[in-house]
Amino acid sequence: MDTCILFSSRYCQFELLHSYWFDSIRTGLRGVCTSLFISRVKNLQKIMIAFDSTPELKSQSSQLLLAVGKSRDQNAFKLIFEEFAPRIRAFMTRKCSDTALAEEITQETMVKVWRKAEQFDPEKASVSTWIFTIARNVRIDMLRKIHRPEPDMNDPSMVLDAEIAIDKKMSHDEEAQRLKAAFDLLPDDQKAVLRMSFFEEKAHGQIADDLGLPLGTVKSRIRLAFTRLRKELGEYNDD
Amino acid sequence: MINHHISDESLLDFASGALGEAWSIAVASHLTFCTQCRDRLSEMEALGGLLLSSIDPVSGGMNDSFEAIRGRLDEGKKLKSNVSKVKRASNLFPQPLAHYIGNDLNGLDWRRLGLKAHQIIVKTSDESATARLLKIQEGEPIPEHSHDGLEMTLVISGAYSDVSGRYGRGDFQEADEEIEHRPVVEMGEECICLTVTNAPLRFSNLTTRIVQPILGV
Repeated sequence: MDTCILFSSRYCQFELLHSYWFDSIRTGLRGVCTSLFISRVKNLQKIMIAFDSTPELKSQSSQLLLAVGKSRDQNAFKLIFEEFAPRIRAFMTRKCSDTALAEEITQETMVKVWRKAEQFDPEKASVSTWIFTIARNVRIDMLRKIHRPEPDMNDPSMVLDAEIAIDKKMSHDEEAQRLKAAFDLLPDDQKAVLRMSFFEEKAHGQIADDLGLPLGTVKSRIRLAFTRLRKELGEYNDD
Repeated sequence: MINHHISDESLLDFASGALGEAWSIAVASHLTFCTQCRDRLSEMEALGGLLLSSIDPVSGGMNDSFEAIRGRLDEGKKLKSNVSKVKRASNLFPQPLAHYIGNDLNGLDWRRLGLKAHQIIVKTSDESATARLLKIQEGEPIPEHSHDGLEMTLVISGAYSDVSGRYGRGDFQEADEEIEHRPVVEMGEECICLTVTNAPLRFSNLTTRIVQPILGV
């Protein structure tokens, strides 16, 4: 699916069906018979109706994932799978050259997506961000086989967020759009460091070694990049 | 109120999954206390999501791939979030640290480190770095040690100060070989902090430190 579709902030039902049709074409279903198309459209309509009461229309993948969480809808899950599994696989292939293992990590991630779908909260993260964190953790689990310490929201020691003013909060789709625009405008050397970090799962010290750069140079690229990205997201400036 | 935060580069390493286990205990523990760094982490994870979305997909054999997991979709029960809070005697240690050492401050097996300090090594499978809990008496300097590599410190209780400011519960400090500091624990309370280092922590003149008070020098 085109990223422009993925990151578009609002969808009317027409756009949904429209993007869906293009998606079908792109994924090689060009020759699909009309009846199959209609049945899948009806399926999507059912999902849409189920969430019609949602005041703000959420992105297509959000709707689908919510449907998976709410009603264990395998058709909705298949659509999520078709969109994300090929990307997780590509993502994992960059890190590990073992394609069988990359495939195993992809499948394990998607099974977790299915099982954890009920925990997905569109207020907290976009679908791609949520799936990224699951894929990352599966990768740590399966490749490095270590425990990953993470903050636990049920921890009594947890210091909770102050209420976020509604007018300040932008939707995750809008945030993703702004983030993408800002990322595209970063200097190439900063983009390269961020890509190495996420795609190759390299710590900044390792990136400095690989690029033959002083550690301070890599640190400053990371800091400059995030200062720029945060500015674009309109949030606080780092102290 | 948290005044000292995780650097962008360390938080990025945590967001991407590249950060080692021992360091991650300190980072995840700070995140437990700090809403600001949790927000920054969310932004970095959003970048991870963006990069995942914009990657060129590898689509071949996807039907086989889906069929391979279809059977597992029915077998597994839904993973429900744990709604109940973890019940425990003390909230002193954040969960990412309590996972390793438990919650009972009194049950900890402190080992003497010089005369005015104690330590516990936090056992992890991370061979690249060592996490330890330090307990230092009020008014005392944190035992002088070398920064051959990176050192992360998270204050659990009490407070210390150095040239860069005051560090209280939840504050986070990263120091490398370029930073010379002599942190001194505030009066009024002993200071417990988690430190993670990637070079063996070398307490300079440990023998001297032990012998000094006896000799009265």
